[in-house]
Amino acid sequence: MTPLLEIRGLRAEIAGRKILQGLDLRVDAGEIHAIMGPNGAGKSTLSYVLAGKPGYEITSGQILFKGEDLLAMAPDERAAKGVFLAFQYPLEIPGVATVTFLRTAVNAQRRKRGEEELSSPDLLKRVRELARKLGIDPEMLRRPLNVGFSGGEKKRNETLQMALLEPLLCVLDETDSGLDIDALKIVANGVNALRSSERGMIVITHYQRLLDYIVPDVVHVLAAGRIVKTGSKELAMELEATGYAQYQNVAA
Amino acid sequence: MSAAIRPVRTQAELGLVDVFTTARQGLPGGSDIAAVRAAAFNHFVLGGLPTARVEAWKYTDLRRLMRDAKPLAAPPDAVAKQTARDAGGTLAGLGFRRLVIVDGTFVEELSDLIGLEQGLTVRSMAEALAQDEPLLSQGLGAMVPADDTALALNTALAGDGVVITVSPDVAVGRPIHLAFVNTGEAPAAMVTRSLVVIGKGGRATFIETHEGRGQADYQVNTALQFVIGDEAQVDHVKATRESKGAIHIGTLLAHVGARATFNDWGFTTGGAVVRNQLFVLLSGQGTIVNLRGLSLLAERQHADTTLTVEHAAPNCQSREVFKAVVDDDARAVFQGKITVRRLAQKTDAKMMTRALLLSDGAEADGKPELEIFADDVQCGHGATTGNLDDQLKFYLMARGIPEKQAEALLIQAFAAEVVETIEHESIRNALLEAIASWLGRRE
Repeated sequence: MTPLLEIRGLRAEIAGRKILQGLDLRVDAGEIHAIMGPNGAGKSTLSYVLAGKPGYEITSGQILFKGEDLLAMAPDERAAKGVFLAFQYPLEIPGVATVTFLRTAVNAQRRKRGEEELSSPDLLKRVRELARKLGIDPEMLRRPLNVGFSGGEKKRNETLQMALLEPLLCVLDETDSGLDIDALKIVANGVNALRSSERGMIVITHYQRLLDYIVPDVVHVLAAGRIVKTGSKELAMELEATGYAQYQNVAA
Repeated sequence: MSAAIRPVRTQAELGLVDVFTTARQGLPGGSDIAAVRAAAFNHFVLGGLPTARVEAWKYTDLRRLMRDAKPLAAPPDAVAKQTARDAGGTLAGLGFRRLVIVDGTFVEELSDLIGLEQGLTVRSMAEALAQDEPLLSQGLGAMVPADDTALALNTALAGDGVVITVSPDVAVGRPIHLAFVNTGEAPAAMVTRSLVVIGKGGRATFIETHEGRGQADYQVNTALQFVIGDEAQVDHVKATRESKGAIHIGTLLAHVGARATFNDWGFTTGGAVVRNQLFVLLSGQGTIVNLRGLSLLAERQHADTTLTVEHAAPNCQSREVFKAVVDDDARAVFQGKITVRRLAQKTDAKMMTRALLLSDGAEADGKPELEIFADDVQCGHGATTGNLDDQLKFYLMARGIPEKQAEALLIQAFAAEVVETIEHESIRNALLEAIASWLGRRE
């Protein structure tokens, strides 16, 4: 069977700085992979390269998404195919109401896939229902996207977008950063509700804490731009106890 | 001082002398008004058209930009009036009281003068000038400090316009729409002057539209003077959408009394060269003035907003927010000056200008200034110029929104902020649609 995501020998740099140095990763539908690693290992770069952020140069390797060359696609095409990145630092966009943004995004994706656009009432109903589950005040949806939202509200908003867009591959970049334990539980519940046999997830985190709530099938250690160790969820516990020091020199 | 005297010599300057010499006998008004006109024209003759060396015209060298002087437009014929039937475009369908000025002449039969509200009067400026009323010789003079050559030319040459009065304590609910149409059938100059006097405690909303129809190049010099009484409230929206080759110079003069509110919005999309100058005097205590503007520019358009806000009385508040979206090789200019006189303590004045550049060839110049003579005030200004934020664009695209649409969303958000403050819903919506349709041309 074609894997959902297959990364082979990926090397990427930004402004001449080599960040990813031969990364291999395979994620099948239905699996949750955690990627852990020290600061500067390339965790965020991996998430940005998957989503197609400009500025990164891919010097070798490839990324196949359901067998298709992901790197050849613009960010919006990747999104329409089913790739979703939950940002570590969601951006604030003054002047664009959250609900307008959601409607524009959903319908842009549907158009690209040749599906019929959702009517405003249908969409609003769906958004409200998801907002309720994630404990998002409906009034927030009318406010400009993320403007004046707390860290927790922003992450809930990312989770709402993910639930609404129903992607096939969810990439969660340090979703736990800036969250207190209550917010973390709500976001984790939202993510867990999306677990399905068709969907794969990559959960990027520095700390093991998030993985108590989003339990992974596989844990990888990313150090110096490569996956240096792969194991079961117990690996995360181990890392929590030992730290990353032992991996800092592996790739060097 | 003699060094500053520079005799007229360009083709346009000599042309203006011809235009005035030919037209002066036929311009409306008695001897008092003729004297005001002659003095104003002399002001022009002494200095010529403003060049970049005149601070207020630093970025809009009129002497260079104005190649010739067009003859004053002929009164509109039947064809021109027919062309102007739908003056005001989509705004004409909103049920406002529409007053139509075609090629510089107020046209009664196209205007809605039926059932004027009690306390509201509307007349043609030509007619009012012909009656030589003191209000008008005063109105043509300097009720607001404004030493400006373009305004002087307007004073010298204005043939028509409208005169509107609102009696004290009268609230005119229905917006009044001054619809200026330039048919562009022949190269011509349209010089109009309008006067609006709002009595104490009066309220009214004005929308002013300028649009071009034909292919011929034309020159507009239009001035509107507001005399706003104590405790009055006036909203004024000006939308300028002249033809491609047109030069439009608009002057707004506002004399605002005590405890009054004056809200002004400018919205510029059309014309080759557009200059909007605003001279606002806060003459009484406790007054609020909000001036806002948005220019959406493309190709080789040049739009300049230059304003002075003069705080002459204590406890007043003024806000100026001017934005420009500049594409292709267009250029946006903003110059703003807030002056706080010595007596104007507790003044609260803030000015902001922001430009969004959409191409490498686009340019924006911003020059906000404060001149403060009082010692207990809160004043500030800021200016920013930038491109679309790539991070924001990526965020939108990462959610599946295509690049052009993501850009449009960000531009719309930037621009709409100005328009969203318009209280009157249908005017606000019409301008939001105008932003969307301007953005549509990029796709």
